Amino acid sequence: MSRELVLAVYVFILAIFVGFEVIARVPAVLHTPLMSATNAIHGIVLLGAMLVAGHADTPLLQGLAFVAVVLGAANVFGGFAVTDRMLDLFRAGEKNGKGGHAK
Amino acid sequence: MSLADLRDSIVALAYIVATILFILGLRDLSSPRTARHGNRLAAIGMFVALVATLMHRDVTSFWIIGIGLPIGAVLGLVSARRVAMTAMPQMVALFNGAGGATAALVSVAEYMRASGAGDAKVSMGAAAVTGLVIGSVSFTGSLIAFAKLQELMSSSPLRFPGNRVFNLLLLVACIVLGWRVSTGVGGMGELGIITALALVLGATGTLPIGGGDMPVVIAVVNSLTGLATAVTGMVLDNEMLIVAGMLVGASGTLLTLLMSKAMNRSLASVLFGGFGAASGAVATGAVARETRTTTPDDLAVALAYARRVAIVPGYGLAVAQAQRELQAIGNDLVARGVDVTFAIHPVAGRMPGHMNVLLAEANVPYERMVELEQANAAFPDTDVVLIVGANDVVNPAAREDKTSPIYGMPILDADRARLAVVLKRGRSAGFAGIDNELFYRENTRMLYGDAKGSLAAIAEALKTA
Repeated sequence: MSRELVLAVYVFILAIFVGFEVIARVPAVLHTPLMSATNAIHGIVLLGAMLVAGHADTPLLQGLAFVAVVLGAANVFGGFAVTDRMLDLFRAGEKNGKGGHAK
Repeated sequence: MSLADLRDSIVALAYIVATILFILGLRDLSSPRTARHGNRLAAIGMFVALVATLMHRDVTSFWIIGIGLPIGAVLGLVSARRVAMTAMPQMVALFNGAGGATAALVSVAEYMRASGAGDAKVSMGAAAVTGLVIGSVSFTGSLIAFAKLQELMSSSPLRFPGNRVFNLLLLVACIVLGWRVSTGVGGMGELGIITALALVLGATGTLPIGGGDMPVVIAVVNSLTGLATAVTGMVLDNEMLIVAGMLVGASGTLLTLLMSKAMNRSLASVLFGGFGAASGAVATGAVARETRTTTPDDLAVALAYARRVAIVPGYGLAVAQAQRELQAIGNDLVARGVDVTFAIHPVAGRMPGHMNVLLAEANVPYERMVELEQANAAFPDTDVVLIVGANDVVNPAAREDKTSPIYGMPILDADRARLAVVLKRGRSAGFAGIDNELFYRENTRMLYGDAKGSLAAIAEALKTA
């Protein structure tokens, strides 16, 4: 195994532990927003799409990269926006007032 | 240090900053008070990572990004703003499907470029095929979850004989073909077949799962997309993708387990066994039994003169879009000095926490929403429990009947209150197809009809009560 691959596997495994630990005590009320937020975070794959798009040199690769960038961006922007909307409702609920969607 | 080196360092540092922001964001998302802040921290992390990527040495042409990114961003933002909160779970499923497709496309495109240039290693090929397969499965799996929740297709389990064996064979075929591709024996033809097989697998893997279990499916495909993202990071040698993808893969898996636990279903039984399939005889064989009905006027009087009222909202409430009518009744009762709480089962709605979101949207104060344990402690001392569009989560069979398929599931003990009133659309069994013992109890009254209409009638009757 190459040095890079070993390091990549280390990072991969350590991230699993961090992912487990960091949300271990989440209450049930936040399950839906948390799922939505993690859904937005895996939109980081958009970066991969950008890297591929940034040096795609054949029409086929360019086509694949274009679709990937569009879908990845929809995942990221939509994901964070919908999570924010959800959590905004909680805040409005706490204050028991209207005016949730001020954006 | 050359200019190119400086650029590399800046990108690397930005990725580290983004990683820290993601972890802190996830931590803050675990507490109601800081959740919104957490989401914003993660969004800032994403922004930092995106800007840094524009400086990446591999990005030499910008036109695809310049056109594609704004299109995707607008698509995402507009749908996120427009979607009704009741339709939120399927929105998340769609966004997740988009992410899965992205991971699959990136894996395959990068592999094609590398093998075209003659520098594709076996490990890279293996990672690329893995990313392609997981991403594709997540993509069609998400689309099926979307279609079931959006009711574009039947929510009941769809399976054919040998379904599981078929899925297993698809997976084995993907692995065998993937091995040929990564060792350089197979080429583009194999990649095409793998893609097709994986897309089919995503569909045949999720079709046999009933609509009631879709939240778990979304949680599973969410962590699958995280995993696909991390694997894509290995294809691209990009630590940012590996870390962020795996954070989601791991937290998504934990979330899946927490949800299954709340539903008292093992993950294996969700993924490999249909709900209610084995219990069909129990559910349909039951003889028609007598229930006692009530009227909106009687109910209004009972509510108005109660000391303590608990409201149990279920998905039927959200389907009828009657949260506001319910909150109006709640307000009326509070004004009369009645102690009103909303007892929320962990899996009420279509995802855990979904009901809290829906009630918050209807301005139900946060402190009136109580969770299972707290609600159950108060039921014996509660005068009226108003059950709106909930069924399986108040079925005492889960506590008493060892033969029931939901035996052992934590339920809200509505039957222990002095009076339980069930607002129900029709006389059919619940989503899980199981008869509900509660409906035949002596202290239970039924009010049949559309929840919105019934609640409006109760609110009207309350004015004169």
